[in-house]
Amino acid sequence: MSEETTLTDKKIFTPFNIICGIIIVVGLILTILRFTKGLGAVTNLDHNNPWGIWIGFDLLCGVALAAGGFVTSAACYIFGLKRFHSAVRPAILTAFLGYAMVVLALNYDVGRPWRLPYPIFYSQGTTSLLFEVGLCVFLYISVLFVEYSPAALEWLGFKKIRNLIVRMTLVLTIFGVILSTLHQSSLGALFMIAPSKLHPLWYSEYLPIYFFISSIFAGLSMVIFEGSLAHRFLHHKMDETHLAESTGVALGFAKAASFLMMGYAGIKLIGIAIDNHWHYLATSWGQWYLLEIIGFVMLPAYLYALAAREKNLILARWASVVAVLGIVLNRLNISVIAFNWNLPSAQRYFPSWMEIATSIFIITIGVVAYRFIATYMPILYKHPDYQEHQ
Amino acid sequence: MGITRRKFLGWMGAAIGATTISGQKTQAATTKQFEGHPGSGGVLHDITRCIGCRKCEEACNKVNQLPAPEKPFDDLTMLDNVRRTDDKTYTVVNRFPNDSGTSPVYVKKQCNHCLEPACASACFVKALKKHKTGAVVYDASLCVGCRYCMVACPFNIPAYEYNSAFSPRIMKCTMCQPRLEKGLLPGCVESCPKEALTFGTRKQLLKIAKQRIQKYPKRYIDHVYGEYEMGGTGWLYLTGTSFAQIGMREDLGNISAPQLTAGPLSDVPIVVGLWPVLLTGIYAISRRKEKIAKEEQNEAVAATLSAANEEMEKKLAELKDKMEQQKEAAINLEIKKALKEAADQAKEDDGNAPADGPKEEK
Amino acid sequence: MDTVFYTLQDFMTHSKGITYLVMAGILIALPLFWCFITDRDEKKRTY
Ligand code: SF4
Ligand code: SF4
Repeated sequence: MSEETTLTDKKIFTPFNIICGIIIVVGLILTILRFTKGLGAVTNLDHNNPWGIWIGFDLLCGVALAAGGFVTSAACYIFGLKRFHSAVRPAILTAFLGYAMVVLALNYDVGRPWRLPYPIFYSQGTTSLLFEVGLCVFLYISVLFVEYSPAALEWLGFKKIRNLIVRMTLVLTIFGVILSTLHQSSLGALFMIAPSKLHPLWYSEYLPIYFFISSIFAGLSMVIFEGSLAHRFLHHKMDETHLAESTGVALGFAKAASFLMMGYAGIKLIGIAIDNHWHYLATSWGQWYLLEIIGFVMLPAYLYALAAREKNLILARWASVVAVLGIVLNRLNISVIAFNWNLPSAQRYFPSWMEIATSIFIITIGVVAYRFIATYMPILYKHPDYQEHQ
Repeated sequence: MGITRRKFLGWMGAAIGATTISGQKTQAATTKQFEGHPGSGGVLHDITRCIGCRKCEEACNKVNQLPAPEKPFDDLTMLDNVRRTDDKTYTVVNRFPNDSGTSPVYVKKQCNHCLEPACASACFVKALKKHKTGAVVYDASLCVGCRYCMVACPFNIPAYEYNSAFSPRIMKCTMCQPRLEKGLLPGCVESCPKEALTFGTRKQLLKIAKQRIQKYPKRYIDHVYGEYEMGGTGWLYLTGTSFAQIGMREDLGNISAPQLTAGPLSDVPIVVGLWPVLLTGIYAISRRKEKIAKEEQNEAVAATLSAANEEMEKKLAELKDKMEQQKEAAINLEIKKALKEAADQAKEDDGNAPADGPKEEK
Repeated sequence: MDTVFYTLQDFMTHSKGITYLVMAGILIALPLFWCFITDRDEKKRTY
């Protein structure tokens, strides 16, 4: 008897599970606090700083890093790069879970989450970029759900619907790219209404383009990064095609991301030039800006290039970590750090530990969901019944 | 009088020139086109007249039924700190030291009721609207609580009820819209003992402001704050102290909020219109390449196949030939044999010998 | 549609609203039209 319990104990109380458990318990307590006492009880938000990390990190970074879905499926299905095929499903799944986490976080952040359908169905504020974002995210999460559903349907064994959806892949992919282009760029455009609050180095009329381009390499980097994690922890779930293609995917994506990031650094420079903001570069904000561009865009681009040249998978993975951090830094700069830069430091925002804990809680839910789905559903391998079809 | 080629080209050039010029001007033209609701109201705040008595704050609190403040309104120590509007206060009076070193300056702060409000442009459920009276009003029954209006407002006016769990609202001055509808003055304007606040149509107020500047050029800085800032505001300000000194930003620019976002907003439909075409095009091209590659492959395969086939057939034919030859030889042999036998037999008994030959062969 | 708009904000609310409807129309029409274009092509699998 005692032996048996220790055996099951061993299975349940892995370090991973214990940490997740603690985070989830704390998260649930904070959730109760948030929904019974209001935002003020949990967050450090105030009248001058209405948006904190739930928007800056959970929404902006979440959406950018979930761009892997549309990038990978576009590369495979529209541009015809079939060798990336095995990367599509994990990328779509990450994207779907990413957006689900974003929407979950939004429920915490907005004051009356039960009214979130209002902008779409009840009172359309069409002049707002947030309306555009909301509409696109709503549509795109539906598209992602449909795109992801074949995996679940295979798992459940619903062949007919599954085949019908697989037949719509192209339309769904194109639709996904349109919606992604729109809301990725509109997230940047959200801040165009506040030139007086965002530091001029980050405020630019190109903000929507910056957000869109950076979302592409954010997505590519995330696919590489997530691939390395999946290899570490879910290796046994991968089939031969996936294993055989994964190095090619990582190096191919590294090459693409590298070039794109250098291009991005170039258009950032153009933004400075066109507004003649060179003199800001000499200030301490300028140093911070240069750190973002040189340390977290050009450096990972260079590392990616080396990795692609030398076919060095490990280097590509490290580069992806730097690139992902760079995206997070960029989004936080625009929404939190360089936002309200001209306010006296006493009135600036810094997140409360409860805000951070809630963000971690939401990410944890996403990771657990990914692990569950990737363990049980045909994500990293092809379902034996459907080998032929794709 | 035929149209010469040169003339035609000239026209074309003019037409193109005109369209590009008008294209560039559309943004400017839109502000010209929309001059706000006719007769919409505003308030002129003459900062030089304000004595910082906080009577307007008190009146505002009363007419809007806001919660009672911690310290009474006649407690002027509140002026020691520079405050902003919050969820319990629609308006505040702040004190600033005068740059000429004489008596301090008092400035009232509240929603400026912009002509093209950033908050309304930002709101994704149309909870904030510019009313024809000039007031920018808020409808809590629509608000989702996204607080984008707070991000958007260049004057940092809207506040939020962060401590309400179930019905948090945006809180901001309504220019006493309910009172205006009843024909009453805004609470603050009515209560001001020094006429530092004047209510009227914005047009009138601008005239009054400019007259005052003209009459007392020493008393005022030659700028009516709010005439153009952020596309113009309903509230207008006259001051004798520099705006920077009294916490009023001069770097907001004259571009209204809807214009700031008009660019990205109009890119949206273009993406929707063009992306499907481009992407389908790319798909078709990659598809076609694939098809050609496949065809070439097929052809190659077919070619090798047919070559192999031919060889096969040749061999087969040869084999057949051989076999047939052999067969024939065999037949011939048999026939010969049979004939021979028959002949032998005939020799023996002269009878029905030839019929046996083929039978034997089977 | 001869409503008078006094503010750019009102004008944009109106015009963008219609534009969004046009966008929806385009998104539905274009795939159908593509089907019409390729109707006579020999049938082949698109994934
Ligand atoms: S001052 Fe701010 S809150 Fe008031 S109308 Fe203008 S943008 Fe809106
Ligand atoms: S907080 Fe309310 S009023 Fe402000 S933009 Fe959001 S929905 Fe509109």
